[in-house]
Amino acid sequence: MKLFMARNPNTEIVDSLRKDNDRGRRWTLMEKIFLGLTPKQYMSQAISNPLNWVFAIIFLIGFPVLIGRYIFGLSWVVGDPYDNAWGLFLGFGLFGMVPLSSSGFQLGSAVEVFGRHDLEPLERLGILNGILGYFFAVMFLMVDLGQPWRLPYPMIVSWGPEAVLFLVAWHVATYLSVQAAETSTSFFEWMGWPAGKTFIKKMALGLAVSGIILSTLHQGALGALSCYAPGKIHPLWYSASFQWLYFFVSSLPGGLCMVIVVSTIVIKTMDWRCDDNYKNNLNKLQITLARGACYGLLTYFVIRLIGVAHDNKWAYLATGWGAWWLFEIGFGVILALILLTTGVRNNNITLIRLGAWVTIIGVVLNRLNVYMFTFNWQNGHVHVPPLKEIIITATVYSVYIVTYRAILYRWPILFQWKTKYSDYGVLEPQPAEQKKSH
Amino acid sequence: MIERRDFLKGCLACGVTAASIGVASNDALAAGSFEGYPDAMGVLVDLTRCVGCRSCEAACNNEQKLPEPDLRFDDTSVFEEKRRTTDKAYTVVNKYQVANKETLFRKIQCNHCTEPACLSSCFVNAYTKTKEGAVIYKASVCVGCRNCMIACPFNIPAYSYSSPLKPLVKKCIFCYDTRLKEGRPPACVEICPQQVMTFGRRADLVKLGHDRIQANPAKYVDKLYGEKAVGGTSWMYLSSVDFGQVGMDAHIQNEPIIANVKDFLGFVPMVLAIWPALFTGIHLLATKNKDGHHDHEGGDHQ
Repeated sequence: MKLFMARNPNTEIVDSLRKDNDRGRRWTLMEKIFLGLTPKQYMSQAISNPLNWVFAIIFLIGFPVLIGRYIFGLSWVVGDPYDNAWGLFLGFGLFGMVPLSSSGFQLGSAVEVFGRHDLEPLERLGILNGILGYFFAVMFLMVDLGQPWRLPYPMIVSWGPEAVLFLVAWHVATYLSVQAAETSTSFFEWMGWPAGKTFIKKMALGLAVSGIILSTLHQGALGALSCYAPGKIHPLWYSASFQWLYFFVSSLPGGLCMVIVVSTIVIKTMDWRCDDNYKNNLNKLQITLARGACYGLLTYFVIRLIGVAHDNKWAYLATGWGAWWLFEIGFGVILALILLTTGVRNNNITLIRLGAWVTIIGVVLNRLNVYMFTFNWQNGHVHVPPLKEIIITATVYSVYIVTYRAILYRWPILFQWKTKYSDYGVLEPQPAEQKKSH
Repeated sequence: MIERRDFLKGCLACGVTAASIGVASNDALAAGSFEGYPDAMGVLVDLTRCVGCRSCEAACNNEQKLPEPDLRFDDTSVFEEKRRTTDKAYTVVNKYQVANKETLFRKIQCNHCTEPACLSSCFVNAYTKTKEGAVIYKASVCVGCRNCMIACPFNIPAYSYSSPLKPLVKKCIFCYDTRLKEGRPPACVEICPQQVMTFGRRADLVKLGHDRIQANPAKYVDKLYGEKAVGGTSWMYLSSVDFGQVGMDAHIQNEPIIANVKDFLGFVPMVLAIWPALFTGIHLLATKNKDGHHDHEGGDHQ
């Protein structure tokens, strides 16, 4: 699309309910789906994008493997990992994606609860990043669960309320609905349903506070889950007292840095879709987010050290696993912290973006270390996922990116929807009402 | 500034959310320490008596109608590697060459914990600790998350990964359906030619175990494995060497596994109760007399 827009700079892209020309008639739904292009134009821009060819190759290989998983069973993909029951699908797809999706509650609460309206140009992106991350974590779950069609069982068939996973299941389900409501405002604008948006707007504060509650608990719960396996996770990655704090605290810089990374990819690859409000504020807001991430990372670093000191685990640092731990902390926390703080201090946006990448890689590496690499470390072998498992993971993640991009292309996330009074006669405000209209 | 009506709506929204999740923590808080059912049965395993004939494996295979194994049950080449329980073998015997001592064999199967980690980690409550002492599994509700396999401190539950439509957790159930329910010992205990295993009330077996150690202190290490481990197990072990040398976790915790997550679960109702008022309060403090609210929408009606 970037190439297409460069070649056809005068194309009218959907950014309001009505066309500018053609006597201001409403865009049809099909036109909106094709971004205001003709189907032929749309196809030509899709084909000219090399990334789409990469996805085509991934899907050509990946979808048959994915279908094979349901026909031949899990063992066809993952083997018989009795000792490492959770592999890449959950280690990466659930435990890795959920902390990077904490952006939804952080930006939502910063704007709605703490009144930081200067963050608004990134609020919707943060929330979208949140809901998509959670949604695709559930998709990964659908691949990993032995009987995915029983996913609603913990809600309606049989309750196991003393289990941490029960709490996670309920929270993720509830939080998905909360985020769906928060994201729906952009959908309603795009569809031209003002009543829906007005309804959601009234609940904005409640939704944001629910987001804080649910996120505190389930981000922590993902860490508390590992407390079921105290002897199996390597002591350097396990702390009986602080495990849930590790996971919760690291999810904060994880989510903020994911927004920095995504908003950077967006400005580089789809600037035609970003409005001036987004473009002009981006660097400033990325620095603000990076500053927040620095506090998060520093806190995380300190509690990881306290965890080692608290149980006096220093001796493990001299082992091979200790070196791996030092790498995780040195790369994912200390290097990230150096890049981000230097970037914030010198207003160096390149360092900040680099630091954001390092941070999210560090958070995902930590989750993989806890649930996959160090799991059952005493057995003396490191669990390496088989090829088919990696292929399916890459496929599901590619679907995530394609979905993400499709929504960013269309819904008013990166740009403001241009609403005119003439769009909705009923909404014409009286002067006295105008102040209240939010 | 926030309207009072909107504020109340906000509170209501939080409250409903909170109530819908509040159920998660009630039982967890109520769970105290559980000493076990008084008449729960158990098995005392004396490792010094086992000769590695594997007849228990064969009996289990027959009783539980498991598929035929790749190697016959009298084939001793299986001892070349350390095996674990699988979806096709609920019990296996391993061989341990202990320094300066004779060869020891150890039978592995579910230990039927008093407070099982599989049970407490299961979010659909698929596991039950019966009053007879068995930890049984309800296949009809299992979603296949495999948290029980993560949680089991003995790495016992296996999963029939190869079944596309009905993969299930597979583990020893103490022959509950066919034998224990009627008061009979499990198949592996009954067949053992060496009387390695003694079946009886767990409470009696604890005494028996200590009596044996006391009667022959030179032969046994002074520990009844399973008496206290993870809150106590129905299957308990006597050995002539340190349990670590026969592949058992010698540093296993004495508290049940659920104790590790109780702190976190106790924190849940507090968050649900305190956060709504705390953060709505912060909102009021942070936004009072500030009119910075902009709508994401642009256009002429702003």
